[in-house]
Amino acid sequence: MAKKISLEDRLFLVQRNFGKKSHITIDQEAFRKDPVKPILFICPARVFLLNESSGECVINHENCLECGTCQVASRYVKWTNPSSGFGVTYKYS
Amino acid sequence: MSCDLFDVIIVGAGPAGIAAAMVSARAGLSTVLLERGNYPGSKNLFGGILFTPELEKLVPSFLEKAPLERHMSRRRFSFLTTDGELALDLWSNRFNQPPFNHSFTVMRSKFDRWFATQAEEAGVQLLTGVVVDDLVWKDEKVVGIKARGEKEGQFDELYASLVICAEGANSLLAEKSGLRSGKSKMTPQNRTVAVKEVLRLTKEKIQDRFNVREKEGVSVVYLGEVVKGALGTGFLYTYEDSISVGLGCEMKDLIDRKMAPYDLLDHMKSHPVIAPLIEGGEVIEYSTHMIPEDSFRNLPELATHGLMLVGDSAGLINNSIFQEGTNMAIASGLFAGETAVEAKQKKDFSLSTLSRYREKLENSFVLKDMRHYGGFLDMMREHREYLGLYPELTLEFLVNYFTVDGRSKKEIKKETFRKLRKKISIPKLIMDMIRARKMI
Repeated sequence: MAKKISLEDRLFLVQRNFGKKSHITIDQEAFRKDPVKPILFICPARVFLLNESSGECVINHENCLECGTCQVASRYVKWTNPSSGFGVTYKYS
Repeated sequence: MSCDLFDVIIVGAGPAGIAAAMVSARAGLSTVLLERGNYPGSKNLFGGILFTPELEKLVPSFLEKAPLERHMSRRRFSFLTTDGELALDLWSNRFNQPPFNHSFTVMRSKFDRWFATQAEEAGVQLLTGVVVDDLVWKDEKVVGIKARGEKEGQFDELYASLVICAEGANSLLAEKSGLRSGKSKMTPQNRTVAVKEVLRLTKEKIQDRFNVREKEGVSVVYLGEVVKGALGTGFLYTYEDSISVGLGCEMKDLIDRKMAPYDLLDHMKSHPVIAPLIEGGEVIEYSTHMIPEDSFRNLPELATHGLMLVGDSAGLINNSIFQEGTNMAIASGLFAGETAVEAKQKKDFSLSTLSRYREKLENSFVLKDMRHYGGFLDMMREHREYLGLYPELTLEFLVNYFTVDGRSKKEIKKETFRKLRKKISIPKLIMDMIRARKMI
């Protein structure tokens, strides 16, 4: 079979350009209260991680591949289009 | 940006937006096409097959000009169990003659870019790197768009008689406009999450492995164990010197099963049926996107005063076994473009003219097919046995039936039927098969 490839390596292959400011924000209180927290596993780029000690959601917005799944799965996530010149640029898809 | 008044502003340079722009510009309307990516196609992806009857209407010479990868002479529908495959393999030499069954693989980064240049030649003004955050309203009419400016919180307004929203599956503007409200708002039930990898393979390997010749290609739809029985499908498409593998699953099902899309992709790639097909392939890109699964009865409103929705933004996809989207996108763009031209002639951009757009869709394959297959996903949701138990039993039955183990055929047949009856009620099976017929 084809060699197994980690998500990190997959993301490394995608041409991305992100600024410091996140285009994704989250209502931390609503996240904390959500027993399912789907964004932790459903995001195809693993943008969202749980900080076990604080219970807060850490957003790695530079991983984002702009599918928009997060804000549909969890309405307490606010996702906007990255600004001009930022975000993913696919070459082969 | 200036305060120029355009006839039409189109948001999103995918197939639907480009088609709309082309029709509008060709009729002499001043047309601006806005794309948030660095170039058209840079943020787009699909399964996928480009279906071309509508493209041919717009660009009759596309066969020579468009960056097509391979035409689909082989269509394969494959059901996977943990250790087996039951497949329908359709190949016709007729698909090797023009118009090649109007089915081609393309890379969106190349195709959309090329398609947009065709629109530019028709007089469309294409602006890339423009992020549209909202619409401009006046007296309950859409009169323009708000493009994000250089500074935080600052917007540049651009005005037009008509805005066509072709923003795609992540339908933020359509929601803001109110056209996607109530049941047509994006929810985990009406959005599929898709992930895909493109793997480099030599032409020769592709042609040997998939039993096709130069320029010929194959599309495979995988069902069943490929997505661990979730509501979704896997896919494999051949390009000229690469292939794509990926899958799409209903978001709600993934949430309920707590499944990560990339884990499912690993699972798919390691399946004993798929692994040999992608052997040696070097992954060159990973990509992800949502796909609309709006059922016919929960489609958004398609127009209001000064605004129309086209393509994925309007939820125009045939999500049955046919998986058609590109043709619907281009057709909807074409109809929206025609409607824009009619509105310009009448000097009336209100809903009374724009409602012609919906009529055109209703009279075409777009809404006829969506209406006919509107219940497909609901049926798959309610009757999981179509994607799971039935094909599994069929495969099990055939494996037993064709087993050679020294027993007489009579004994084997008797044993096989006995096993089948234990797992299934034959009258129910017959009823279910009758119901399934409607879906084909």
